[in-house]
Amino acid sequence: MKLFDYQRADTPEQAAASAVAPGTRFIAGGTNLLDLMKLQVETPERLVDVSRLELAKIETREDGGVTIGAMVPNSDLAADPHVIRNYPVLSRALLAGATGQLRNKATTGGNLLQRTRCYYFYDVATPCNKREPGSGCSAIGGVNRILAILGTSDQCIATHPSDMAVAMRALDATIVTVKADGDRRRIPMAEFHRLPGDRPHIDTILEQGELITHVELPSPPPGGRHAYRKVRDRASYAFALVSVAAVIEVEDGRIAKAALAFGGLAHKPWRDPEVEHILIGQTPGKALFEAAADALVRDARGFGHNDFKIPLARRTLIATLQDLTGGR
Amino acid sequence: MRFTINGRLHEVEPDIRTSLLDLCREHLGLTGPKKGCDHGQCGACTILVNGRRVNSCLSLAVMHQEDEIVTIEGLGEPGSLHPMQQAFLHHDGYQCGYCTPGQICSAVGMLDEIAKGWPSHASTDLEQVSLDDAEISERMSGNLCRCAAYPNIVDAIREVAGADARTGSDVGA
Amino acid sequence: MFGLGKSHTNSLRMDAPQPTSLLDIGAQNVIGKPLDRYEGPLKVSGRALYSAEYVFPDMAYGVLVGARRGAGRVVSIDAEAVTSLPGVIDVVTDFKTFIRNPGQGGETEAPTQGVEEIVYFGQVIAIVLAESYEAARDAAIRLPVEYEEAAGRFDFAAHKHETDVPPENNTPAHFGQGDLDQAMAEAAFTVDASFTTPSQNSAAMEPHASVAMWDEDRLTLYGSYQIPTKDAMQLADALGVGKDQVRIVSHFVGGGFGSKLGIAPETTAAAIAAKRLGRPVKAVMLRQQVFDATVRRSNTEQRIRLAADAHGRLIGIGHETLTSNLPGEDYFEPAGIGTHFLYPGEHRLITHDQVRLNLVLSGSMRAPGEAVGMLALETAMDMLAEQMAIDPVELRRRNEPLLDPEKNVPYSSRSLRECLDLGAQTFGWDARETRPAQRREGEWLIGMGMAAAARSNLLQSEEAKVRIEPSGRAVIETAMTDIGTGTYSVLSQIAGELLGLDPRSVDVRLGDSDMPASGGSGGSWGACGSGSAVYLACEELRRQLAKTLGVEPGAMTLKDGLAIAQNKSMPLAELVGDGIEAMGAISPGKQKDAVTQASYGAHFAEVAVNAVTGEVRVRRMLGVFAAGRILNEKTARSQCLGGMTFGIGAALTEELLHDGRTGKLVNRDLAEYHIPVNADVPQLEVLFVAERDQHSNPLHAKGLGELGISGAGAAITNAIYNACGVRVRDYPLTLDKILPGLPDL
Repeated sequence: MKLFDYQRADTPEQAAASAVAPGTRFIAGGTNLLDLMKLQVETPERLVDVSRLELAKIETREDGGVTIGAMVPNSDLAADPHVIRNYPVLSRALLAGATGQLRNKATTGGNLLQRTRCYYFYDVATPCNKREPGSGCSAIGGVNRILAILGTSDQCIATHPSDMAVAMRALDATIVTVKADGDRRRIPMAEFHRLPGDRPHIDTILEQGELITHVELPSPPPGGRHAYRKVRDRASYAFALVSVAAVIEVEDGRIAKAALAFGGLAHKPWRDPEVEHILIGQTPGKALFEAAADALVRDARGFGHNDFKIPLARRTLIATLQDLTGGR
Repeated sequence: MRFTINGRLHEVEPDIRTSLLDLCREHLGLTGPKKGCDHGQCGACTILVNGRRVNSCLSLAVMHQEDEIVTIEGLGEPGSLHPMQQAFLHHDGYQCGYCTPGQICSAVGMLDEIAKGWPSHASTDLEQVSLDDAEISERMSGNLCRCAAYPNIVDAIREVAGADARTGSDVGA
Repeated sequence: MFGLGKSHTNSLRMDAPQPTSLLDIGAQNVIGKPLDRYEGPLKVSGRALYSAEYVFPDMAYGVLVGARRGAGRVVSIDAEAVTSLPGVIDVVTDFKTFIRNPGQGGETEAPTQGVEEIVYFGQVIAIVLAESYEAARDAAIRLPVEYEEAAGRFDFAAHKHETDVPPENNTPAHFGQGDLDQAMAEAAFTVDASFTTPSQNSAAMEPHASVAMWDEDRLTLYGSYQIPTKDAMQLADALGVGKDQVRIVSHFVGGGFGSKLGIAPETTAAAIAAKRLGRPVKAVMLRQQVFDATVRRSNTEQRIRLAADAHGRLIGIGHETLTSNLPGEDYFEPAGIGTHFLYPGEHRLITHDQVRLNLVLSGSMRAPGEAVGMLALETAMDMLAEQMAIDPVELRRRNEPLLDPEKNVPYSSRSLRECLDLGAQTFGWDARETRPAQRREGEWLIGMGMAAAARSNLLQSEEAKVRIEPSGRAVIETAMTDIGTGTYSVLSQIAGELLGLDPRSVDVRLGDSDMPASGGSGGSWGACGSGSAVYLACEELRRQLAKTLGVEPGAMTLKDGLAIAQNKSMPLAELVGDGIEAMGAISPGKQKDAVTQASYGAHFAEVAVNAVTGEVRVRRMLGVFAAGRILNEKTARSQCLGGMTFGIGAALTEELLHDGRTGKLVNRDLAEYHIPVNADVPQLEVLFVAERDQHSNPLHAKGLGELGISGAGAAITNAIYNACGVRVRDYPLTLDKILPGLPDL
C-alpha cells in the first residue's frame, strides 16, 4: 500500500467536490479497495472517507419502490423486511455473495464498484490491460477458467464479480449520484457498467469525483416470482461461475414479464433483451426455455478453460425457468 | 488516534495505512486476532465492531476511532471464558488454534445476527429463520479452518445457541 | 530449562516387540480419555502466542521480495529507489546464503542456497526492512529489480516424457516383482486406468513467520516450524555457523501439514537481516508468498493396473507414477507408497519418475504418497468391483493379505477388515444402489462410495526429559511441537498415567531446539515417538520412586499424586526431595523391517451431484480407523476430521494453477485456491476400532494424523460415480468435468 492522504467527508456534495482530483478514491467498507491497495493494484493518492455519510437508510417511496442509501451494508440490505418481501431476488443475491463478516462491511455503493477477480488483474507481476492499459491481456491464452464468455474484447475477458449487481440489473435499478460540481444524475443499471472494448481499465461510466448516493428500485411487480441461482466451486464463499437473477410474472398460463440477468459471464451484469423477448407471451415449457437459453449463448465465446460456462449457463437458465414457472 | 478496544481507551499514532488488525497486533499487543491472509479471504482476523463481526484486515484503523471494538481478548480469558470459548474448548472446535479467535468472534456475532432474524443463503424461508446445522455451516463459512474442526465448531455453536438442530444435510434446499 | 544436572537416560531401540505396556497398568485412568485440549484455554482466549507475535524492543519489520520471472537471473536490485521512502531502513540480500527453496522434512543440512539464479516464479531474492510493516510492504512491492530472463520448463504436459529416476526416498523409486504384463494377460478381470492429480498447497492458516534476533553470535529464531531440532540444524548449516549457535522456538504452530517441516526462505532472510541491522527482525510471509515460495505437493500422473483372478483376488498390481520437482532436488512424491503393502498380488510394478520443472519446490504435504496415490488406487479398485459386479467392500475383504506381499513379513497389526465391516454396518452401506444414477431427490443425484485407508507407520529417534518437582508436579521437556495435533494433551496424559498425576499437574514444555532432541511433527510419527520418549523417562522415574520406597516398581501404585506400596501411601512431593528427573530416548530398530507397520481404516461417503450443474455436495461421511492405542479420543478424532476434510478438498476443489507460459502460480490466495469451507463439510463421523500394536512402540500406538486423508477423496470420487455415472479421473472433480457426462435436462 502506498501512502495516501486521508480525509473524512461530512456531506455527499463535499465528498464529491474533494474527490475531483485524479488519484482520489472514495472509501466506505473498503473490502475491495483495501484488498487491492495492499497489492498496489490500486494506488490512490488520496482517500475520501464516505463511510459516515448519512446514506445508510432504506426508504420506501410513495410509488412503492425503495431507495437504498449507498452506505447501507450488504447485510442490512439483505435482511430488510421490505426487501425480503418485495425483492427477494436481491436478498438472495446478496446472501449468496461473500461472507457474513464481509457483508457487514461492504456497502451498496461499493458492491457496485467491485473490480474483477481475474487472477492476472490481481497480480502486478503480470501484464493486464485493465490494471495497466496497453500492457496486454494475460488471461487470453492463460488460465481463464473463471473468466468471461460474453461481451469480451481482444483486450480483456474479465468478469464482474458482484452478485448484488446482477439482481439489481434484473430489477431495473437506477443509480443516483452526485458529481464533483454538485450536479446529480440518475443512471439506469443497464448503462452503469461498461463492456471492456478497447478501454478495459474503465469499469463504469462514473466520472472522477462522482459519488453514488443511492440506488433506487422501481416498485415491485405484483406477483413476480423471484430467484437467484448461483453456481460456484464451493458451497459458500466463492465467486460465481454462472449466476442467474430472474423475475418472472406468469399470467393466465403465459409468461407476462421476464427479467433475466446473469453473473459470471461478462464484464458487467449481463442482460439480453432477446432472451426475454423469446419468453414473453409464451406458455412455459422446456422447448421455450431451450430457445431462450440458446439465444443467451448464441454469441458466447470460450477461451479454453472457460468453455464449460456455455453449457453451464444454458442449463442453469433452463433449470431456473423451470423452477419459477413449473414449465417442463 | 484514539481507539476503544475491549473497553479500554488507547492512544497511538500508527502509520495511516495501518489496518485495524495490524493496529491490534503490532501496536496494542492484542495478538488474539490473527492474520491468515490479510485480504478478507480467511476470517482469522474477525473481530466485533459495534457488535458486528467484520474482517479487521480490510479495515483502516483510522476509520474506526469512534467505534466500540471487541477482540477475542475482550470476550473472556482463561479462568473466566466466554460461553462460546468454553464450548469451543469442550467440543474441540479447533486444533492448531490459529483461526480460533476469528471463529469464536464470528460465532458470537453470527448468533446475534440470527437473533435479529437475519436470513442466510441456507435459509429456505427468508422470513422465518431457523437454526439448523446447515444454517450454522453457511453462516460460519467466512472462517476457514485448515485443520478442519468444522463439525466440532458446528457442535459448539449449536450448544451455545441452545438449538435442537437437525443433523444431516439438506442439500438443494 | 532444566540445569545440566545428571539425569538417567532410559533408552529403547525398537529391536523387539514390546508385549506389555505400562499404560495398561496405570491407575490414573487418563490415557485415551477425551480430555479437553491441554493448551485449549490459551487458544480459545487468543492468548497462545505464535511466532510472529513475539515482540522485542527496536524490532524491524521485514517483507520478502519474490522474483517476477520464472527462470533467469537477477541482474541488479535498485535498493536506493526504495530506501528513500519514509521509514524504510534497508534492502538486504545475500545471493549466496539466502536459501533458494525450503528444506525438506527431516533433513539436517541446508536446503539449496543461492538466489541470484532464478529457478521459479516468486523465488525469494531479497528482504526489505522498515520501521513499520506498512512501509516495508510498500517498498517490497515497489523495489525495482532487473532480470535476465531464461527459458524455463513450466508445462508438465510438454515435458512429461523427459524424466529421471530420483534417488530412493522412504520408498524406492522403482520396484518390480514377477511379471505384471503376464499377469494382466492371464487375469480374469483387469483394470488399466490413468489418473492425474494437481499440485496442492498445505495452506496452513498461519503464514510462515520468523522473528530473528542475535545475542552476540547466537541466533534465536521464533519460527513456525514442525521440527525445531532439525530445522535449527538446517538453519545453522545455511548460515555457516555451529549447531549450537542457532535456537529455534516454536511453542505454537498455526498448522503445518508438511509445509513447515523444513526451513522456508524467510528464516535466512530474517537471520541475515537481523545480523546486518544489529536489530531483531520480524519477517512474515504474505499469503501469496506462502503459495509462491514454500512447498507444493507435486502434481502426479498415475497409471494403475489391476489383475484379478476369477474370485477377485489380485494377482498383479501396477502403480506407475510421474511427479515433478525442481532441477536438482531429490524429493519425489511417493505416490505408490501405500500400494506396496495394501493389497496382495505376486506380480507387482511400482515406479516413480520425476519430471523437472521450474515450479516451486515440491515436498511433503499431509500423507505424502498415500494422499494422492490412494486417490488413484482406490478408484481403480472401485472400477474393478464394478466390472466384477461385486460389492466394493467385499472386493477389499477378498484382498486381505496374510503377509506383506513384497517383504513376506507379517503386519504388525492390521484391522482393515474390522474397519470395513463396522463402517459398512454403521453407514448403512447395504442401502447403496449397485448401479449408478439410480437415486434422485429433486435435482440431486445421490450416491454412495467407499475406499480403504492406509498410512505407513514411522518412528523417529526422540528424546524427552521428565522431572518431578519438589511440589509433586511433573515437567516434560522436548523439542517436539504441537501443530494442532494434540501433543500437549497426549504427553500430559502419558505422564499423568505413568506417574499417577492429573494431567493438569504436568507442565508440558515444547517446541524449543534447546530442549531434548525430537523428530518433531510430521509423518504421523509425533505422538508415538515423543510419547514413547516420555513413557521411557517416566518408566525410569517410576524405578527411582520404587527404589526410594524400597519396593519393586511393579509393587507400587501411583495415583492422584500419591505413591502407594505395602498399604502405605506417600505424596510424590515428599518422595522426590529436591526433585528427580530422567531422560527417555527411543529409536527405530529391527522392528522397522521385521514387520510391516501401518494404520488402516475405511471411508464411506454419500454425495449429491446436481443434475443441472454438476455441483457436488458431500452429504454424509464416515471414517472408521484403527491406529493402535488411541491416546486422547478427542484430539484423535479431530485429527481424523481434519484428514477427511483434506480428502474432500483434494477430491473436489484444490488445485494450484500455473501459467504454462511463465510458470506463474495464478491462484495464489485463499479466495481462488479453494480449501473446503464449513458449508462444504457435513457433520463427519469418526469411529475407532480398538487395537494394540506391540511392534510399533511401548505405547502400542500407531500414527493417525495422516490416516484420515488417505483414501478419503477416493470414497467421494466413487460416490460421485455411483450418484451420476460419471467417472472423472482428473482431479479435482470440479463441476466442469462432471457436466459433460450428465444427461440432458
